[in-house]
Amino acid sequence: MIKVKELTKRYARTVAVDQISFEVAKGQIVGFLGPNGAGKTTTMRMLTCFLPPSAGTANVAGFDVLEQPLEVKKRIGYLPETPPIYPEMETTEYLKFVGKLKDLSGADLQKRVDYVCGRCAIADVKTRLLGKLSKGYRQRVGLAQAIIHNPDVLILDEPTAGLDPKQINETRDLIKSLAGDHTIILSTHILPEVEQTCEQVIIINKGKLVATDSVRNLQARARGAESVMVEVAGRNGNLEAPIVQHRLEQVSGVSRAVCKQQVDSRVFFEVESQKGRLVRGDLARAVVEAGWDLNELRPAAMSLEEIFLQLTQSEASAEAEKTPAQESKPEQPKLQESKS
Amino acid sequence: MRNVWIICRKELYSYFVSPVAYLLLTMFGLIFGFFFWNAIAVFVVEGMEMQMRGQSFPMNLNEQIIRPLLQNVSVIGLFFIPMITMRLFAEEKRTGTIELLATSPIRDLEIIVGKWLAALILYSCMLLFTALNFAFLFKYGNPDWKPLVIGYLGLLLQAGALLAIGTFISTLTKNQIIAGAATFGVCLLLWVLEWVGGYETAAWARVLAYLSVITHFESFGRGVIDFKDTVFYITLIFLGLFFTARSMESLRWRS
Ligand SMILES: Nc1ncnc2c1ncn2[C@@H]1O[C@H](COP(=O)(O)OP(=O)(O)OP(=O)(O)O)[C@@H](O)[C@H]1O
Ligand SMILES: [Mg+2]
Repeated sequence: MIKVKELTKRYARTVAVDQISFEVAKGQIVGFLGPNGAGKTTTMRMLTCFLPPSAGTANVAGFDVLEQPLEVKKRIGYLPETPPIYPEMETTEYLKFVGKLKDLSGADLQKRVDYVCGRCAIADVKTRLLGKLSKGYRQRVGLAQAIIHNPDVLILDEPTAGLDPKQINETRDLIKSLAGDHTIILSTHILPEVEQTCEQVIIINKGKLVATDSVRNLQARARGAESVMVEVAGRNGNLEAPIVQHRLEQVSGVSRAVCKQQVDSRVFFEVESQKGRLVRGDLARAVVEAGWDLNELRPAAMSLEEIFLQLTQSEASAEAEKTPAQESKPEQPKLQESKS
Repeated sequence: MRNVWIICRKELYSYFVSPVAYLLLTMFGLIFGFFFWNAIAVFVVEGMEMQMRGQSFPMNLNEQIIRPLLQNVSVIGLFFIPMITMRLFAEEKRTGTIELLATSPIRDLEIIVGKWLAALILYSCMLLFTALNFAFLFKYGNPDWKPLVIGYLGLLLQAGALLAIGTFISTLTKNQIIAGAATFGVCLLLWVLEWVGGYETAAWARVLAYLSVITHFESFGRGVIDFKDTVFYITLIFLGLFFTARSMESLRWRS
């Protein structure tokens, strides 16, 4: 649905986007991730035909953004970083105006306006002036205008910025429910958001692509060795942490067990296994066979946050050292083939 | 065409929902009203003097009231046009709504013409105020209506040209005040260029004087549709809108 090849945007002084390539399959939700100034907004502006690329091509819904901008524009809904609202208009007035711009009319238009008002929870501010709405409500109106014409592709620049927690959840659900029929790209720097809503992540930093992959693969890739959190309790009140540690380290495949905390007779361990070894079953058996209680045993998945920092920092340090050997970084940008 | 109308309606809505339109209408109405009643008073006094001296010089409403007043309107308009056009694009750029327009399936030219048309309609509403005063003349006198209509046509053409220039200037900045001030400067310049013709007859002076928007209005004021003057205004409209389109395009390449 979206094919981007070596897309580049140069400003007078900076290269905001530097040879980014990725593909998004139909019906997917993709998180566009990067620190401030990474070039997320710039990329989205090029995808929506607002800015022309300096080099490279972008193809949205089968049309090139430079050659057939009108066709592209018909098929996208775009929520810019600041919701594009006219403060002197009322909510429904505004939505009708946007709907007409997107070629809706008559009963169809009215139906869609009512529908998006319901979906984006703005029915209670239908007759209010947009200039007098709070930031969160403006954001919702912005989202409503993006989906008013039921576009194939949705491009959302920080859709949950400024919303309250309840509304963030509702917006995420809304976005998730829109996937399938719609292809969605959303930018954010809130990492849990990506973990919860997106199937695929594109991480960029300083205009360069750092990684594109599915959320799960990315976690697995960055994790390397699996680590497991274990909570062990003694049955008769006293438990010596070093004994437990010794026992855990004897389990085959375990490389290290670190005691994190001890509360009365409960001890908490973080157990690291060698790469590619599944040790959870053996750990549980070892604990139980030693006559202790196993209170908790869970894999400590590396959060996207850590992955993100790891990826963007390794990029930065590689750049700082600038040795030729580091040209091939461990996190080589890997182009993901579109599924199916 | 539908898109032009959508944009135009939205601009008119913005003008009339805010105090801008009413302020302009009121000010224009007051200023013109003052001119009008002054002209009438002078006319009446002159008429009485002539009667007392026993002369029966034919008094002509068209020549003595309508024509100078139309000339005045064409100058007063220069001061109002910047206030109409300054927000057209500058405001959209400042608030970011230009991103909505530029990513909607609608051509740049449709946006530009829509906005220009809305500005022209607002100006026409201001002219309508002046027409109310002239209606008074028709009630108590018997002026010829044709020169009046042609005069209004000239005013619209002149305003169209200046509004197109103002629209262009509005695309150059995010700041309404700057757009307004620059447009005002250009309007003023296009007026006073005419003065060059007063003391200089060289080719350059004639070119400059030719560029003055006010001189081209004179024929319309007299009630004559001059082909050259009409072409001048229409050319200016096209040039203004053309440069607006180029500016919008380069805006994207530059920003
Ligand atoms: N109009 C412009 N002129 C010059 N440079 C610009 C312009 N717009 C953006 N940039 C530069 O391009 C780079 C990328 O900016 P961009 O807005 O795309 O970042 P972003 O990823 O959206 O950041 P954020 O998370 O803060 O929204 C920045 O270094 C910025 O300074
Ligand atoms: Mg941004």
